[in-house]
Amino acid sequence: MNLNRREFLRLSGVSAAGAALLLFAEEREALARDLKESRIARAKEVPSVCPHCSVGCGLIGYVREGQLLQVEGNPDSPVSEGSLCPKGAATMQFAYDGVGRPNPLRQLTAKIRRPGSDRWEEIGIEEALDRIARRIKETRDASFVERNADGLVVNRTESIAHIGSACIDNEECYLVTKLMRALGVVYLEHHARI
Amino acid sequence: MPGLGTSFGRGAMTTALWDIPNADVVVFMGSNAAENHPISFKWFLRAKQKGATVICVDPRYNRTASKADWWIPFRSGTDTAVLGGLINYAITHNKFHREYVVKYTNASLLVHPDFRFDDGLFSGWDPEAKKYDQSTWAFQTGPDGQPLSDPTLEHPQCVFQHIKRIYAEYTPEKVSEISGIPVDDFIKFAETVCATGTAGKSAVFVYAMGWTQHTKGVQNIRTATILQMLLGNIGVAGGGIAALRGHANVQGATDLAVLYHDLPGYLGQPTEAHKSLSDFLAKTTTKNSYWENKPKFLISLLKAWWGEHATAENDFCFDYLPKMAAGETYSHYDIFQSILDGRVKGLIVVGQNPAVGSANARKVQAALAKLDWLVVSDLFLNETSEFWKLEGMNPAEIQTEVILLPAAGPLEKEGSFTNTHRLIQWKHKMIEPMGESHSDGWYMVQIGKRLKQLYADSTAAKDLPIKHLVWDYDDPDNPNEFDHLKVLKEINGYDVATGKPVSGFGALQDDGSTACGCWIYSGIYPEEGVNKADARLRAAPNRPDGWTEAKADGSADYLHLGWGFAWPANRRVIYNRASADPSGKPWSKVPLVWWDEAEGKWTGVDVPDMLPVAPGQVHAVGVPGDTPFIMKAWGLGGIWGPLPDGPLPVHYEPMESPTPNLLYRKQGTIPTMKIYDSEFDLFGDPERFPYVATTYRLTEHLTSGVMTRTLPYLAEAFARHFCEIPRELAQREGIRNGDWVEVESARGKVRVQAMVTNRLRPLRIGGRETFLIGLPIHWAPNSGHVQGDITNTLTPQAVDVNVQIQESKVFLANLRKVSVGG
Repeated sequence: MNLNRREFLRLSGVSAAGAALLLFAEEREALARDLKESRIARAKEVPSVCPHCSVGCGLIGYVREGQLLQVEGNPDSPVSEGSLCPKGAATMQFAYDGVGRPNPLRQLTAKIRRPGSDRWEEIGIEEALDRIARRIKETRDASFVERNADGLVVNRTESIAHIGSACIDNEECYLVTKLMRALGVVYLEHHARI
Repeated sequence: MPGLGTSFGRGAMTTALWDIPNADVVVFMGSNAAENHPISFKWFLRAKQKGATVICVDPRYNRTASKADWWIPFRSGTDTAVLGGLINYAITHNKFHREYVVKYTNASLLVHPDFRFDDGLFSGWDPEAKKYDQSTWAFQTGPDGQPLSDPTLEHPQCVFQHIKRIYAEYTPEKVSEISGIPVDDFIKFAETVCATGTAGKSAVFVYAMGWTQHTKGVQNIRTATILQMLLGNIGVAGGGIAALRGHANVQGATDLAVLYHDLPGYLGQPTEAHKSLSDFLAKTTTKNSYWENKPKFLISLLKAWWGEHATAENDFCFDYLPKMAAGETYSHYDIFQSILDGRVKGLIVVGQNPAVGSANARKVQAALAKLDWLVVSDLFLNETSEFWKLEGMNPAEIQTEVILLPAAGPLEKEGSFTNTHRLIQWKHKMIEPMGESHSDGWYMVQIGKRLKQLYADSTAAKDLPIKHLVWDYDDPDNPNEFDHLKVLKEINGYDVATGKPVSGFGALQDDGSTACGCWIYSGIYPEEGVNKADARLRAAPNRPDGWTEAKADGSADYLHLGWGFAWPANRRVIYNRASADPSGKPWSKVPLVWWDEAEGKWTGVDVPDMLPVAPGQVHAVGVPGDTPFIMKAWGLGGIWGPLPDGPLPVHYEPMESPTPNLLYRKQGTIPTMKIYDSEFDLFGDPERFPYVATTYRLTEHLTSGVMTRTLPYLAEAFARHFCEIPRELAQREGIRNGDWVEVESARGKVRVQAMVTNRLRPLRIGGRETFLIGLPIHWAPNSGHVQGDITNTLTPQAVDVNVQIQESKVFLANLRKVSVGG
């Protein structure tokens, strides 16, 4: 029988990540269940791209009922032809640790560290965004240079800076550059400079 | 990258990864692709399988070197001298591709008669201002405004004679004395590379941060571009310069200008020298090139940003754009200096960790503590959001308000990334964002909406740019998302009257009838509902080993034109006009494009990078149908390329160096280098810091480690920080493998474990034995599953004048064994 890697995975349900599951009782049960029917059987294949270096290797996520079961290299990608490096192979752990639980280091709420404090406090997303917008306006209004000494309109603030990112999507980068320029921000940078 | 832009017209990788197997010679210099771009390396290995000679020129015997035919060790920071030696070899041994050089580059053009180069300085140097007056670097022109040239390349003022004269000093002996490469090895290297200086042969140069992180990074790259043009290796199959970008979307973020000096599509950021839209266009448009269309691209950008408010009467809101102060730079390192100076009060950091990832990290950390407010969006806590917990910080005294926004992870959102070879690929969302996290784009949309509300009642002129901003990206189906396709369509461009997407940048107009967010991406969304970044066609049949064979007749689409979208216009090898001779007949070993006499048009296996005119004719913008570099004046490649630090690259020592400049007595370091004036900006000398240190990455980790030390597999796979120490040096210092050592530079100290190695060899530099040591950069004290000291505590903020990238690939250090771990 001629099987490619993806078909093999689909049939066997065994993968590199699967090997790590053996230590945990609940996962052993899950694995036993998976072995009866492939873990990624009937899963939807969702194509994406690796978020690490700039080669652009193809990823495939196996998703069933909103759950991400596995991330593998995309054999159709003419860039990577199914291969992934260690970083690419670990991308599932941005969401989950090695045993299917949420990555414990992920930040799931907004936080604020107040002046002089030695700790974080929780803050609602809406409140955090309101606060950020107010601080941007406050700083912009206090520092805005509308005209230079010659009377030329220069419309800039040199008191706000934005750093990042070459790790976010093109559409997000576009929103950053558009909003920051409209505010008059001139200190605008991302990873290319380092 | 202006190194590429100045030479070729676009600052991007010139080829595609899957074209690399067509090369006869692959030179890695400033790139350790096997380790840092691991999957790209398969394409280089396929070149080797097909018979290419693979050469790795690197201070360390790294994973790339281990797979290369040769490893050529050399002293970090002497790339320009080595490449200058290759230029000299190509010229003195008549190994250059003469017809390519004469027809496709500016080598035959005559330079101003007063141009001089003397002992490390070009004419026009002003030692007071520390700047060059470039007037003597200009070309001579005739009464018709056209440049004077000598196609025989014999005129003493022609570019070719200048490079011949300047690089004549770069003899194998001199290169050896500077770089430490033995003379015989250098000659063998030069013979191999220069054997491609003929039609039908090609070499590709591969670089990454090993070339950019220097005070003369741009000039390192310029040297390679000159050599590659001399050899006729740009725009042909298996040729080019492969610029391997460091992060997933460096190319895209740069294209879209999340950088102070530019606007999307490389339109340039206006300064106070630009009084109006027409003044800006007049001063920044390259005449006699495709850039003559720049007004269409800029006016379409202004329409995309300010919509109905942008009219011909008000210069399409050109004044709404911020203008940079004259002579000012606003780069990464300027930001932290300006915070220390009390100018910058608020900082937004998205997906980056400058407290660890920036050179002279302690300076950056000290700056963060001076901010009024700091917003950090990230998946994880890092040393930037928690700088107030770092060693030496007293939280009670730090008044900075820090807000952390939980970012959605890469599997939790959709959108496009542009890979290193300009290929834009769409990512689909696998799962919903975890917890209360959101995409950075959604945060930006929300902050923009709030600011528009806060300014809604203002009538002040200064608030109109935000009040009038077109900012309507809500996703009608999901309040937790923004409308990705609406943004993509705006980037692509649309007809203002009908709202229909434009088919490509050729449709853009300068009368306000079209809007376009980034003209080079135009064509990515050519009609409603068609997202070419999401195209997944592999039309070509595969060989058993998976690689699609290039076929001369185009029957095999080895360039994969149906997979994703590559800017500009979906072409995969830019400047591919150069793959054919001046009459339009292919001379590249794999034909890419050609002039089809019967049809009367350009065609090929790639999208022709040409203005649609026949060979021998001249396009309306002034570019002939013979020349390939259509973004440069007259379509000519820039062997001569004026930049703030010179029209040609020459050898200078790094900011911190163990030796005087062995070529130019008067001028040791590059005269235009920028350093800052703060209590943190200290520099060391070879007496106190005798070793040459370099920094680098590992396969398992990415930069400051926020995205990798937080993933259990990767933290476990490579847990420990270390310093690579040559065996001979370790013996002298009594250091054994695994011992703890303290590495010190003028900026600070780190404690790491010793990795005693043969991978770094002592070199003879200027007659003296010189040791190199190396440290990876991925560890930090607070975040992730594994921690370590911050390597960037050691590195200097000495930066290149063109791009303000720091010299972290070479600095001086000392080391000593310490008794207890940590």
